[in-house]
Amino acid sequence: MYAIEVNNLTKSYGEVRALDGVSFAVRRGELFGLIGPDGAGKSTLFRLLTTLLRPDGGEAKVDGLDIVKDYLAIRSRVGYMPGRFSLYPDLSVEENLSFFAALFGVKAEESYDLIEPIYKQIEPFRTRRAGKLSGGMKQKLALSCALIHRPSVLFLDEPTTGVDAVSRSEFWDMLAGLKQRGITILVSTPYMDEASRCDRIALCNEGRILGIDTPADIVSNFNSRLYGISSERTFALLEAARAQRGVVECYPFGECHHLVVDEQFDVAQFTASLSDFNDLVIKQVEPTIEDMFIKLMKR
Amino acid sequence: MKGNFLSFVKKESLHILRDSRTMLVVMLIPVVLMILFGFAISTEVNNVNVAVVAPERTDGVRDAVERISRNDYFTFKGYINNDQIDEYLRSGKVVAVVVFASDYDRRAAQAAAGVATKPIIQVIVDASNVNTAGSATMYLQNILLGSASAQSMFETRMLFNPQMKSAYNFVPGIMGLIFILVCAMMTSVSIVREKEVGTMEVLLVSPVRPFKIIFAKMIPYFAISCIVLITILLLARYLLGVPMSGGVWGIFSLSLLYLVLSLALGLLVSTIASTQVAALLVSAMVMMMPILMLSGLLFPIENLPTFFRVVSNIVPARWYIDAVRKMMIQGVPIVAVWENCVILLGMTVALLGVSLKKFNDRLE
Repeated sequence: MYAIEVNNLTKSYGEVRALDGVSFAVRRGELFGLIGPDGAGKSTLFRLLTTLLRPDGGEAKVDGLDIVKDYLAIRSRVGYMPGRFSLYPDLSVEENLSFFAALFGVKAEESYDLIEPIYKQIEPFRTRRAGKLSGGMKQKLALSCALIHRPSVLFLDEPTTGVDAVSRSEFWDMLAGLKQRGITILVSTPYMDEASRCDRIALCNEGRILGIDTPADIVSNFNSRLYGISSERTFALLEAARAQRGVVECYPFGECHHLVVDEQFDVAQFTASLSDFNDLVIKQVEPTIEDMFIKLMKR
Repeated sequence: MKGNFLSFVKKESLHILRDSRTMLVVMLIPVVLMILFGFAISTEVNNVNVAVVAPERTDGVRDAVERISRNDYFTFKGYINNDQIDEYLRSGKVVAVVVFASDYDRRAAQAAAGVATKPIIQVIVDASNVNTAGSATMYLQNILLGSASAQSMFETRMLFNPQMKSAYNFVPGIMGLIFILVCAMMTSVSIVREKEVGTMEVLLVSPVRPFKIIFAKMIPYFAISCIVLITILLLARYLLGVPMSGGVWGIFSLSLLYLVLSLALGLLVSTIASTQVAALLVSAMVMMMPILMLSGLLFPIENLPTFFRVVSNIVPARWYIDAVRKMMIQGVPIVAVWENCVILLGMTVALLGVSLKKFNDRLE
C-alpha cells in the first residue's frame, strides 16, 4: 500500500491553474522529494494533501484516507511544517513544544525518543523565545513540533529555504534518521542539489509533474552528451554557441554554460568555429538533476 | 481532552501577558476615559462668573445675590453699572449679568399681596457657548425664583441626577465602548494574527476542532474584560459617586451578557478579515463609529434623524448603554429593562450562530 496516492489532482485559484492534473504515489517509509521552482504548485499540493484546501478535480489518499471525505482523520495522523515559520515567536522553545503536544493530545515526554536527535540540539535554548532563534534552530523546533504526535506521514514544505548551507545539510541528515524509523516523508525544495538526498523525486513545473524517478535514474535518463564551456566573454559565448551545428541547447549553469548536443556535434569543429574566444574551455561533464529539469521543461 | 483545553487557555494568556504594552493600554484606557469624562470633559456648568446690576441694593437684591454667591456653580463678581454690561460680557469677565429694576422690592411686595404683576429680572447671558449659556440660565432661574421675596412661577426638579453631573451619563457609554474595544477588537485581531503569521495552518492540521481553539482564545479576553468591568464599576461608585441604586448585580450580569456579545462580534470580524490591519479597520469602522454616533453615548437617540434612529436599533451598544443608564442612574432593577436584555440576548445568539457557521476549518 502507498502512504500517499495522488490521482490527476487539479486546483485553480480563479484564473490561475496552480495544479494541472498531478499524479504520483509515495511508498511507505519513502523519502519523496518535490523539486521545482517557486510557483510550480508545490505548496498548493501540500495544502491539498494536508486537507487545508479542497481539490477542484481528481482525488488523493493519505495513509489510505481520502483527502476530502476523511479529512478529519487525516489531520490527526500527519505532521505538517508549512513553508514559512509558523510557530509562536512570543512563546519559548519549551512552551511551543508543549503547546503542540497538547494540540495533538499527547505528552511531550512520550515522543521524546523520536524527537531527541533533533530537539537535543535546541534544548540548551529551551527558555528562549522562538522568535529569537536562528533560522536553523527555528527549523529544528518546527520539525520537533511537527513530529510530537508521532505522525505516520510527514509533510515538509520547503523546510530548508532561508537556512544556511551547514544547517541544510544537518537537516537532511535528520530526515534520513526519521526515514529509518519508518516515517513517510514528502518534502519539497527549490534547491536541485538537495534532490539527491531523496529516495525518489518528482520534478514539477507550472502545476505539472515533468518526471518521477530516483535521483540516479533521473540523471541516467539524460541520454545526451553534455559539455561545460566557459570564457571571459560569458554572454557573447552563449549566443555564439547556440548558433553552432549539433548544439541542441546552451544555457548558463553556475560559472560556465552547459551545452546539450546531438550526434552531429564535433568538439574540434566547435572550437574551430569559436576561435575568436581565445580563452574558450570545453570539457564533457556529467549531467545533473538540474540539467534534466531544464531538458524536461523545454520539451 | 479537558487538560488540553486548559493548555490552550494558558498559551493564549501567555500571548497577552508577553504583550505588556497592549495589556497596559487595555487596563489603562478605561481608567483614563473614566477620569477624562468624569472630571476634565464635562458638560456641566461650573464656576460661572456672574455680575449684578442693581440701581438700589435693597434687601430683595441682596438676598438674591447671596443665593448666587453661595451656589457652587456661580462666582459673584460684584455689582456693575448698566453701561458696563457690554464690556464685561465681551471681555469674558463674566458669563451672565443679572439686572434688577430699581423698584424690585416694592414690586415683589405688591406681587406677593396680589396687587401688581411679578417683578421682572433680566438675565443677560453670553451665549457663545450654548451649553454653558443654557445651563447657566436655567440654574439662575431656579435660584432666583426660589428667592423668598419672589413668587414662583414654576418649579423644576431634576430627578435622579439633580446636579446634572455628566459623569453619570458617560459611565454607561464608556462601558459600552470599552468592552467592544477589549473583547471584539482584541479577539478578532488575535485570531486574525494566527492566520497572518501562518500558525492557523498548523492549528487546522490537527485533531482539535478550530472553534475549541477559538473559545480557548476568548477566555483570557473575557477574564480581562471582567477585571476592566470591576475597575469601571469601582471607579464609578467611589471616584465619581455614581449612585448605582438599582443594584450592582443587575448591572454586572447584563455586562457579562454584553461581553459575550462583544466576543461573538469579534469572532465574526475575524472570519471576514484576513489581516490584522483589516481586522482593526473593520472593528474601528463597523463597531466604534456606530457606538460613538448611534448608541446615545454622545448624542441622544431621540435627536437623531429618523434614518439613523432606525439604524441605531441594530447597534448592540445602544440597548446596553440604555439599560445600564437606567439601572445606574434611575436605580431600576434589571427586570425593568427586560426588553433590552432580551434584545441583547437575541443579538448574541444570532452573532454566535452566524460566526460559527462562517468559521472555516479549511484555508479557503
